Amino acid sequence: MDTVQTQDLAPHSGDGYHEDPPLITGDLSFHEITDLVSYHTEKRTPTGWLMAFGVASTGLMILLLMIAYLFWNGIGVWGNNVPVGWGWPIVNFVFWVGIGHAGTLISAILYLFRQKWRTSINRAAEAMTLFAVICALLFPTIHVGRVWVIYWTLPVPNQMEMWPQFKSPLLWDVFAVSSYFLVSLLFWYVGLIPDLGTLRDRARSALRKRITGFFALGWTGANRHWRNYEKAYLLLAGLATPLVLSVHSVVSFDFAVSIVPGWHTTIFPPYFVAGAIFSGFAMVMTLLVIARKVYGLENLITLQHLEKMNVIILVTGTMVGFAYITEFFIAWYSQVEYEQYAFLNRSTGPYAWAYWIMMSCNLLFPQFFWIKKLRRSIPFMFVTSIIVNIGMWFERFVITVTSLHRDYLPSSWGYFSPTWVDVLTLVGSFGLFFTLFLLFLRFVPMVAIAEVKNVLPQADPHYYDDHGDGHAAHLPQPEAPRTQG
Amino acid sequence: MPNPLLQRLKATMGIYESRADKVYGLLAEYADPGALLHAAQEVRKAGYKHFDTHSPFPIHGMDRAMGLGQSKVGYITLAGGALGLLTATWLQWWTSAVDYPINISGKPFFAFEPSVPIMFELTVLFSAIAAVAGMLALNGLPRPYNPLFYSRRFARVTDNAFFLHVAASDAAFDMGQTRQLLEDLGALGIEVIEDREYSDI
Repeated sequence: MDTVQTQDLAPHSGDGYHEDPPLITGDLSFHEITDLVSYHTEKRTPTGWLMAFGVASTGLMILLLMIAYLFWNGIGVWGNNVPVGWGWPIVNFVFWVGIGHAGTLISAILYLFRQKWRTSINRAAEAMTLFAVICALLFPTIHVGRVWVIYWTLPVPNQMEMWPQFKSPLLWDVFAVSSYFLVSLLFWYVGLIPDLGTLRDRARSALRKRITGFFALGWTGANRHWRNYEKAYLLLAGLATPLVLSVHSVVSFDFAVSIVPGWHTTIFPPYFVAGAIFSGFAMVMTLLVIARKVYGLENLITLQHLEKMNVIILVTGTMVGFAYITEFFIAWYSQVEYEQYAFLNRSTGPYAWAYWIMMSCNLLFPQFFWIKKLRRSIPFMFVTSIIVNIGMWFERFVITVTSLHRDYLPSSWGYFSPTWVDVLTLVGSFGLFFTLFLLFLRFVPMVAIAEVKNVLPQADPHYYDDHGDGHAAHLPQPEAPRTQG
Repeated sequence: MPNPLLQRLKATMGIYESRADKVYGLLAEYADPGALLHAAQEVRKAGYKHFDTHSPFPIHGMDRAMGLGQSKVGYITLAGGALGLLTATWLQWWTSAVDYPINISGKPFFAFEPSVPIMFELTVLFSAIAAVAGMLALNGLPRPYNPLFYSRRFARVTDNAFFLHVAASDAAFDMGQTRQLLEDLGALGIEVIEDREYSDI
């Protein structure tokens, strides 16, 4: 593997594709990067943060109230009822799991593909993954109705001598999503260790030194440690990659393994994974466009980073749109009456409004990213990222609700409407998500400091060979042990 | 007298014994990754074994310069993955075919096909836990006490400073000669690290 842009320090005038401009702009030194990122965890709490935190934690309080109300009264307080037994809770579950996937894609898959631009955004994206998965895990947990026996989903020996039903996709889901959460947490924490060391070494107060020191595990940046660390990080990336693809596949099995028209399709796993990455990148975009501005990180998270993310949104959005059209084709081609009706009903039936919101948000709007000007326009990408997430929420709504509300027997057809508890629970889950994300921004380095330093040209030991800046000039040259990297 | 085998194991983790006079080692600072890489090569050539470089980020080529082989984290991860696969297979087979078999629509009590998702998930989960636990174990972490932390200068190791530490436990360690070698390699500053055996935070 080559070291990055050894020759190219000056800001580049190229158009960004033929020759890559530097990943990190502003000619920052190692120390400036440390300062730039660490400062935000060390300064006094800004008023703006407190205000945002107030709003977010109010949302969290609403969520807690709604959960208490739900536990007290039972799930009849939601709009779910026969025939639509899976209402908003499952829509929200799939929505939040999907959001999480972009974090793992950025941290693991782009790492394996040596996409060095990921270093500026992976920490925040992984944090987003964790918080989105926490929101996701909440919904099936409270959806089971008898939440006090939720442990029945785990293989815990009990007095009834009963075990979980391992042949059920719903149980696969328990294992898939909780494994995903644990692996993402490990991956995130391992990435954090060197940066926690940085915070420890900069700490002024004894208490802060103790807390950061505890979590930094005594990190000293020793090369003997880096060696095992990098290997473990690579392996984690290699493990997280198939995991992230499997998680949303397993989520899609919840639907695809059933015999409900509109659910029983083999296209679901890849289509769900593409949709997950699509919505997740949109959420990363929404969060980072704000965070980079508020925290002055424009040199670390550059327009180039945002543009690359927009390209991924364009690609995955097109894949999702292609899947929508394929579903229609297969429904027609199958010659199964129920299947054909399910899709006709989706696009022209009582939920056609939801279907066309989904279609326009997911298929139409990202297509504007073919135009370079729009791809690099921050207001445009911000608005599009929000539109995409609205569209992706509606996608899950369309899949869940329209398939259930009219199945084989017209006598049991129905129309689903959410209740105020449904609405406030969804609002509250955003409160939970933003509360956690704001805590992350306040207390944890939001950019991977050590990794960003590593993509600077100065990080390459051979940068000093020819530049003759006085350090290596009078010494014999090292014999260039360029590693396989 | 400490167990020499244990000492050797700890040395692979970068944990060294201090001498009777409390000297833990010499810590030299270098200007940049290039100088550090060169210094590490020369220190190794001079026959030292108990030395390590400390930098804010991993430096490409340093493993080779220091003469370190492949990391063993991979084997530990593989073992973890195998354990996860066995656990998942055993768990699903034993609970549904041995301990409490239930006949559902005449389906087999145990079959591989529906067991694949959980086999996969637990393989990945166990591998990931093994990778992280193995990495920490091989690195001797967590290690809250480290004599290097007594050095004020060393606090910059996670910011922008590059250090080479030669431990006093090395057979070739000699206060005068080692210091001279580190100086000749262009050290910006050299410090004697003592193991004071108290915590100063």
